[in-house]
Amino acid sequence: MRLLDFLKGERKKSASVAKERLQIIVAHQRGQRGQPDYMPMLEQELLEVIRRYVQVDQDAISISLDSDNDCSVLELNVTLPNRD
Amino acid sequence: MINNLSGNRKFILAKIIVVTSGKGGVGKTTSAAAIATGLALRGNKTVVIDFDVGLRNLDLIMGCERRVVYDLVNVIQGEAGLNQALIRDKRTENLHILPASQTRDKDALTLEGVEKVLNDLAEDFDYIICDSPAGIERGAQLAMYFADEAVVVTNPEVSSVRDSDRILGLLSSKSRRAEQNRDPVKEHLLITRYNANRVDDGDMLNLEDIREILAIELIGLIPESEAVLRASNQGVPVVHDDKSDAGQAYLDTVARLMGEEVPLRFHAAQKRSLISRMFGGGGRR
Repeated sequence: MRLLDFLKGERKKSASVAKERLQIIVAHQRGQRGQPDYMPMLEQELLEVIRRYVQVDQDAISISLDSDNDCSVLELNVTLPNRD
Repeated sequence: MINNLSGNRKFILAKIIVVTSGKGGVGKTTSAAAIATGLALRGNKTVVIDFDVGLRNLDLIMGCERRVVYDLVNVIQGEAGLNQALIRDKRTENLHILPASQTRDKDALTLEGVEKVLNDLAEDFDYIICDSPAGIERGAQLAMYFADEAVVVTNPEVSSVRDSDRILGLLSSKSRRAEQNRDPVKEHLLITRYNANRVDDGDMLNLEDIREILAIELIGLIPESEAVLRASNQGVPVVHDDKSDAGQAYLDTVARLMGEEVPLRFHAAQKRSLISRMFGGGGRR
């Protein structure tokens, strides 16, 4: 089969497409694991505030909450556009 | 020595295993019935509980639907004793079924009520198998909350794998073991409806890929099999059909749950024509 596919120059097998899609979505899901429900809202509102001052893209902001034993750290990363 | 052991039953902890998946229709109830029956056939005192309140089906798969009098909700609400609600399996010694209610809804279950039922059962049984409802709502969370181990039933299909990952997230955060900072729930991957020929053709996720994406250890691989529908038609758990591939695969799974090392079967493609084998379809990668 594989030799035939190769000769016919056939498209990528559906199972490997499935695997790639799953790897991405599962990694994304795991990033959200254990985070409070308000995180997406918080991210959206922070983005709005930043946009009042600097024009940044939707994906220029990343936010995460890390918890140690006795303290939690909210980490906010904003990539600002290059100033020419 | 044996007498002494049974006399001290209270000090032997029953193992609580939840059979769960997130997605519906992947084979949870079939698997719960097969695993519970297999454990009992191996001499373990086993009870299997249907947590799907409102949509009970375990009784049908176990073939005891006409013997249901009381159910889990009756016991929790004090309307019946545990012994009145437990149904003794007619084919298999050491096996009992605790059915779900068909008329109430999921809110009829309480955390305290479920805990009491499990504690009482733990005094008499070696294994308590909890057949979870689909979804990630209250019913599914109650079924998994007290578990020591989890069998995550997954089909080689994108939505099932994704939902299994969601369930793994819940097991690691919303179970009693997680909340009490004890050893985590032991997670096992059970792949069902596996079609090795389609895997071989590149049109079905292979078991290595699924295992890698979910990052948990494989406890069993159940091939797609005509025996499963035949078993549910008759209300006889598929492990009783020990000539069938699915029956044998479930018995292997049970042996692994009991800690035995059993080589994996039914993962290789079969019945390939000579020509397709010549062109590279012979072995798995």
